[in-house]
Amino acid sequence: MAPTSPARDVAIVAFAQSDHRRRTDELSEVELLMPVLHQVLDATGLKTSDIGFTCSGSSDYLAGRAFSFTMALDGVGAWPPISESHVEMDGAWALYEAWVKILTGEAETALVYGYGKSSPGEVRDVLTRQLDPYYVAPLWPDSVALAALQAQSLIDAGDTDEPALAAIAARSRDAASVNPHAQVRGSRPQGDYLVRPLRTGDCPPVGDGAAAVILAAGDRARELCARPAWIRGMDHRIEAHALGVRDLTDSPSTRLAAERAGAFERPVDTAELHAPFSSQEVVLRKALRLGDDVSVNPSGGALGANPVMAAGLIRLGEAAARVHRGDSDRALAHATSGPCLQQNLVAVLEGES
Amino acid sequence: MAAAPSSDVLRAPLVVEFPFTRSLGPVQSAFLTGLRERVVLGVRTGGGKVLVPPVEYDPVTAEEITDLVEVAPTGTVTTWAWNPAPRRDQPLRRPFAWVLVRLDGAGTSLLHVLDAPGPDAVRSGMRVRIRWAEERAGAITDIACFEPYEGADTGRQPAPHSGEFGDPVTGIVAPARLDYTYSPGRAQSAYISGLSARRTIGERCPSCQKVYVPPRGACPTCGIATRERVEVGPAGTVTTFCIVNIKAKNLDIEVPYVYAHIALDGAGLALHGRIGGIPYDQVRMGLRVEPVWSEGGRYPDHYRPTGEPDADYDTYKELI
Repeated sequence: MAPTSPARDVAIVAFAQSDHRRRTDELSEVELLMPVLHQVLDATGLKTSDIGFTCSGSSDYLAGRAFSFTMALDGVGAWPPISESHVEMDGAWALYEAWVKILTGEAETALVYGYGKSSPGEVRDVLTRQLDPYYVAPLWPDSVALAALQAQSLIDAGDTDEPALAAIAARSRDAASVNPHAQVRGSRPQGDYLVRPLRTGDCPPVGDGAAAVILAAGDRARELCARPAWIRGMDHRIEAHALGVRDLTDSPSTRLAAERAGAFERPVDTAELHAPFSSQEVVLRKALRLGDDVSVNPSGGALGANPVMAAGLIRLGEAAARVHRGDSDRALAHATSGPCLQQNLVAVLEGES
Repeated sequence: MAAAPSSDVLRAPLVVEFPFTRSLGPVQSAFLTGLRERVVLGVRTGGGKVLVPPVEYDPVTAEEITDLVEVAPTGTVTTWAWNPAPRRDQPLRRPFAWVLVRLDGAGTSLLHVLDAPGPDAVRSGMRVRIRWAEERAGAITDIACFEPYEGADTGRQPAPHSGEFGDPVTGIVAPARLDYTYSPGRAQSAYISGLSARRTIGERCPSCQKVYVPPRGACPTCGIATRERVEVGPAGTVTTFCIVNIKAKNLDIEVPYVYAHIALDGAGLALHGRIGGIPYDQVRMGLRVEPVWSEGGRYPDHYRPTGEPDADYDTYKELI
């Protein structure tokens, strides 16, 4: 199926993220979030009352509390009433909703944020609660275990091996060394097996963090940003939920989302991939047909910092920031959610020359 | 934003437990009842593929599937991962392998665990069989685990099965427990610490000057951080109230009682509290009240009249 062009030009015009840290006990969620909200507002000169639509992504299971996102709303000035929505997912999907809202003409600008504090709980256990509750969740297969099954599939298929995975981890953390927000930077040992074949180095750090972007349509985007990152296409797709039904070495949902987002129409120069595990980058590079000439995760990616519910939005933000700075003319951004790359979102961002 | 020293920030264990009761459709019911009876069922899709574990709808075509078949309790590992450190609720206490197993006769794989002496004893393609749990109740954990098995796949075709058993399992209870260490952050830690000294601490918004109590570190109107701590109360004014006539389970309060919004003196918004020390039908808007603390209580047990004249409506109408 041919990609569909969006009916309106919409761009990411500002991006901010927190410093990602192992724990932030001194900060409530809204306290964690507020500095990044102020940064994107300050960057555009907008006030909260100027924003047409606000959308966020987070998870109650990280906080251990129902409706935790309502507390964070204090940070956006939710009184008097604003137009607002929330997804119990990564902020990348909140960005998708905001993009659709602007495409429909219901808003000219949108504030999108995602945040997660993994430090209060055990994120490996917490994430088991998103699995099929009948056949899978009662076994408590943690997120590293499921990623390790996928990694072994790739090794058996000859798509990668442990040294190649170690090289992905090392390259990512070298790249993260120039990212002041990253949690894990520079060279470090691959470490022992957490769940074989994945070693500590193949797995993302667990930590707390937040991110925010502002979207704007057409001329409004040009007023707010010298070089807007235009969203040329965006799509998200999901696989069958049973892991045993899927070919874990491939990601047809990523490929389809990329196709529908127009990613294959022309080459990209940058790809920000949300691959929390080194092995998942192997799957994504294949699905997205990325050549060696593409700069993959110059930010360090999720192996440098993986604040759950914000890490996907950060990929979109990092890709946009490279367009803003003139480091990229056409960038691909990818976000994932669920076990073994179950759900995938792909966006194509471009700068005008 | 400078963070307060961590020593000022409270931390406490928080356990979230939930026993979800879930009903089963005809296919899941047959599968889980079958496990109880040591029978493994799958479904055959319109395209002829046998899915184990079975689902009610074809993942490709979304067509409803009801064609149940029985597959073997033996199978082949399609992929695996060695877990050297089992976590609390995982099926085995000793190191084990996570495995996807394609049971003989099935076209898809089932996730479970394999009891093996070490990672060198596991490989993709190895033959395994089900080790049944001694006590089975109709759950995926009726399969205790898989164990190595020497026999080859005989290639026997899956046999049609009615899916009917005596006393079918129609629901499962899925218990879950997650452990957290909750920290309320800087602003709420100060509020809770204040309460331990029977003081109520709010925070003033530097922009609109409103005092938030309890403080959450942000002004929801201005969307900015609040920092300036302000002690409010102890007395306050009832801004509105309701009379509760339903006795809550596990709550040792006689009905009817009055639940009120109370604007503590100096606060920019009302908080909630129970009103005592006055007949329920004499509580009114504007009533002046003060907190009553129980011995060792960490927050006011209730509020009682101070005996002052009622507050003038204009003094609290903005806070209703």
